[in-house]
Amino acid sequence: MFTGKIALKKRINYDTEVIEMSLERSGLPLRFKPDNASFKAKVEELSGENLDLCFQCGACSSGCPMTDEMDLLPSKVIRYVQLGMEEVLESKTIWVCSTCFNCQVRCPRGIDIANVMEALRQLRLRKKYDHVSLDALKPEELRELPQIALISNLRKLTA
Amino acid sequence: MKFPYYPGCTLKTTAKNFEASALASAGALGIELVELPRWNCCGTVHSLAKDDLMHYLAPIRNLIRVEEMKEERLVEEKRVVTLCAMCYNTLKRANAVVREDAEKMEKVREIMEKETPYGGKAEVVHLLEVLRDLGWSKVADRVERPLEGLRVAPYYGCLLLRPRGFGIDDVDNPQVMEQLMKALGAEVIDIPFKTRCCGTYHTVHMKEVAAELAHRILDQAVEAGADMVVLSCPLCEYNLAGRQDVIRRLFRDFDSMPVVYFTQLMALAFGLDKATGFEQNDPDPRPVLRERGLLREEL
Repeated sequence: MFTGKIALKKRINYDTEVIEMSLERSGLPLRFKPDNASFKAKVEELSGENLDLCFQCGACSSGCPMTDEMDLLPSKVIRYVQLGMEEVLESKTIWVCSTCFNCQVRCPRGIDIANVMEALRQLRLRKKYDHVSLDALKPEELRELPQIALISNLRKLTA
Repeated sequence: MKFPYYPGCTLKTTAKNFEASALASAGALGIELVELPRWNCCGTVHSLAKDDLMHYLAPIRNLIRVEEMKEERLVEEKRVVTLCAMCYNTLKRANAVVREDAEKMEKVREIMEKETPYGGKAEVVHLLEVLRDLGWSKVADRVERPLEGLRVAPYYGCLLLRPRGFGIDDVDNPQVMEQLMKALGAEVIDIPFKTRCCGTYHTVHMKEVAAELAHRILDQAVEAGADMVVLSCPLCEYNLAGRQDVIRRLFRDFDSMPVVYFTQLMALAFGLDKATGFEQNDPDPRPVLRERGLLREEL
């Protein structure tokens, strides 16, 4: 969960400076850039979702079955993207999302959060990144796992 | 009524009992499922990125087979029947994408230039929808051995119901499996987590995490006094049943809970004993079925 204190590293100067903060438990730096539009636009194009609709009610996070494993709640991921903070791509959350669409049916603003998670994964995967590797599995595990598990896992988590 | 039928990969391996029981019990209701010739993997998951056209080719190619079957009069229906929840979702969503977007449809046709162009006429349905359309009274009429005294907990998981717009029933409180189980004479046990994620493909690289999710679901079935969980997805089956060794390792007080496909209970209730395929289920549901007097000795 994302409950760490926020420590301000730099003085705020809204015109030129980048504001750096770190959230202690996640280790993720928060950076508000004056020009945050391009990352957000990229995610919106890839996901087909309008992220301005999100007003941070947290319904997606409250219904998410995977939050125990996440460093950022799904609603926070959306907030990071709204602010154009590319470091969200380093978050565990985008890989922990199980694409169960619970958030999609709960969002009062009609955002399909699963689409946003997929867009973020794709931004990593399209830069020659594989999140999982078959080599990590023992031969007996490979024999035991049904195709449906292996194929869906590799489709979601590898380039 | 002859329907085109898309099995998907896992129904030919770890879920053979699902396929055998589905073909036999649907057949007993006059629903003939004719397997698609030269079908291919659906991809298991729908590509959610808006530019990822390539991954729509596999599901659409299967839908071309459906149109061809209808054209050649091998089937009477243009509705292709699926059993696996993931195949259902992937085929149905890819179909919706190309139907709604003429440009994407055109591109798909161009890329698959050696295939018959897809006309967008195929419909994707799940067997549970076909049964509901047939009517629960017709299902009940076919029952030879009512599942009296059997306490079953339906479990839907994700993709039979979500995302909104692509489910077979209400997203919050689905009833289709409950109604089927009642038609078979079983007692329905409601569990709050019947639509909760089973852990899905995380079972490959984070099996303990998936096992924790599965445990929460199974534990509710145990608490509610269910004899077994009934479901419709081979991946849910693997996570809820196949991973019970991992669950027992993590949760010492968990014992075991049989998990079966809805079609296996149909086959049992219809008296199609040879098609039930319970010998493939682990944990074995036969001891509790025997205890309830629902199983012939030789099974």
